[in-house]
Amino acid sequence: MTAGKYLQIAFGVVVIAALIIVPMNFNRYGLFILSQWAVMTIAAMGLNLTLGYAGQVSLAQGAFVGIGAYSAAIMTSNGLPLIAALGVAIVLCFAIGWILGYPALRVQHHYLAFVTLAFSTLAFLVFRNEDWLTKGIYGISNIPRPDVFGFPTRRPLPFYYLCLGSLGLVSLAVWWLIRSPWGRAFVALRENPIRALSLGIDTRRYTLMAFAIGSALGGVAGTLYAPLTQYVDPVPFSLALSLDLLMMVIVGGAGFFFGPFLGAMIAVLLPEWLRFTQGYYLMIYAVAVILLLIYSPTGILGILDRFMAERRTKVASALRAVTKSKLETAP
Amino acid sequence: MTAVLEVSNIRKSFGGITAVNGVSFDVQEGEILGLIGPNGCGKSTLFNCILGQLTPSDGEVKVDGKVVTGMRPSELNGLGVSRTFQLLQVFPKLSVRENLILAGQEHQGNMLSRLFGPSDAGLTGAADQMIGFFKLDHLAKEPAGGLSYGQQKLLDAAMAFMGGPRLVLLDEPAGGVNLTMLADLKDRLTAINREKRATFVVIEHNMEFVMSLCTRVMVMAEGKVLAMGSPAEVRANPAVIEAYLGH
Repeated sequence: MTAGKYLQIAFGVVVIAALIIVPMNFNRYGLFILSQWAVMTIAAMGLNLTLGYAGQVSLAQGAFVGIGAYSAAIMTSNGLPLIAALGVAIVLCFAIGWILGYPALRVQHHYLAFVTLAFSTLAFLVFRNEDWLTKGIYGISNIPRPDVFGFPTRRPLPFYYLCLGSLGLVSLAVWWLIRSPWGRAFVALRENPIRALSLGIDTRRYTLMAFAIGSALGGVAGTLYAPLTQYVDPVPFSLALSLDLLMMVIVGGAGFFFGPFLGAMIAVLLPEWLRFTQGYYLMIYAVAVILLLIYSPTGILGILDRFMAERRTKVASALRAVTKSKLETAP
Repeated sequence: MTAVLEVSNIRKSFGGITAVNGVSFDVQEGEILGLIGPNGCGKSTLFNCILGQLTPSDGEVKVDGKVVTGMRPSELNGLGVSRTFQLLQVFPKLSVRENLILAGQEHQGNMLSRLFGPSDAGLTGAADQMIGFFKLDHLAKEPAGGLSYGQQKLLDAAMAFMGGPRLVLLDEPAGGVNLTMLADLKDRLTAINREKRATFVVIEHNMEFVMSLCTRVMVMAEGKVLAMGSPAEVRANPAVIEAYLGH
């Protein structure tokens, strides 16, 4: 293992330790924001899989968070455990995501964006109008927080740890997925679907799978969102959430594993840090995002990637020059 | 000898333009068939019709006696048919080794077993062997996008062989490749043809490359077959000289 790898591992350990230890001193609101970051990171990871890795545009991720949240709200309010709601949300979002993937087999880019946008609107209308199921605009309140292995998570800190643990598990699963042959096939689908087809990659099946898995992760995030806020109504799951999640993926760096972590941090935490600017904070936030995307359309991690690529090129050029000079001076 | 590929009366029209007009030919096992002709004569369209990238307006394609007309390229690949494209088609962000693993992974088990199997689909050894075979050893870990044009062409060709195909259709493999690499490419193709009995159909404008590599040459002009025969016969054919080779 190289020194760089050790440094990366050490950095990872420090970050994880900080995420566990530092919030112990946070107040209720700080813990709520940090839990929200963990939940939104999970949803953004799903979208990153669909958009960043497999290259399929989706403006429906917020709707899947909504489906997950309502599944959790309805089931846990009726005395069912959150883990059952999680199972239902995953299956439901996977199936709907799979169906939503079909248009992607025929249309791409902005056309596909409009198809998914239409679904997002449809889901919002269901949340708002189907009172018998969702209680409409009045929403569902008093959503209980679960006990995990006998430990209650009613207080903010234990619930934050539940969100963080879930983020950890989802991260491991996504890491494993993108390193598997499926992850490679998703990248092939994004970069060159025609070549991918000629190499035997069933692009139809992988497209559907990218949509389904990404949507299921949206459902997982929603399942945590409901007990986090302990109240769900249709408003948070409008198109605005899908656009927010899209921004998290793009700003963090689409197609980079850690992109959603950074993107969600900026979307959830940065507005909070900028509150001292009072009425200007949203403006400053908007300008910062515009400037970032002008400078680096591939997001924050795109800057790092570019820097690393330039460094690699320099090292390779230097090595080639050394090899050449050795060959020239050889007797 | 068995015909690996049988093409019968293939026709492809785009609106009022007929790009391929009733082309028939077959390719025997272990043969290297060259496909030449002026630009726009329908060579690449014919390839795309054979390989399922385009649906022919009429006609039939058989691989190993099985009708495959209109079959999807991924299904054809599963039957042992592979291809390269006229323009470079490597995956620039993946390393050379990963490009090769990707090119072979769909031939390993089924979709579910690939998900739960090793991340390299058990192909690192085979990929490294192919890297060595195409003399790309020092570039195994490099992103494919960082390779020179000629090296990417070699990689592109190597990818076509990762699934152990019986039939490979190569669209202008020599285009833009320097002389040294061209000789390497020809050596590699000849070796694979001899050792693995792989069958090739090669579209190429480099006459020296075609005439020295191919066992038979088919000439197309205006969407039709103009001539077919050994390289020497084709070179001496007055119609071919008039339409394509020149005096």
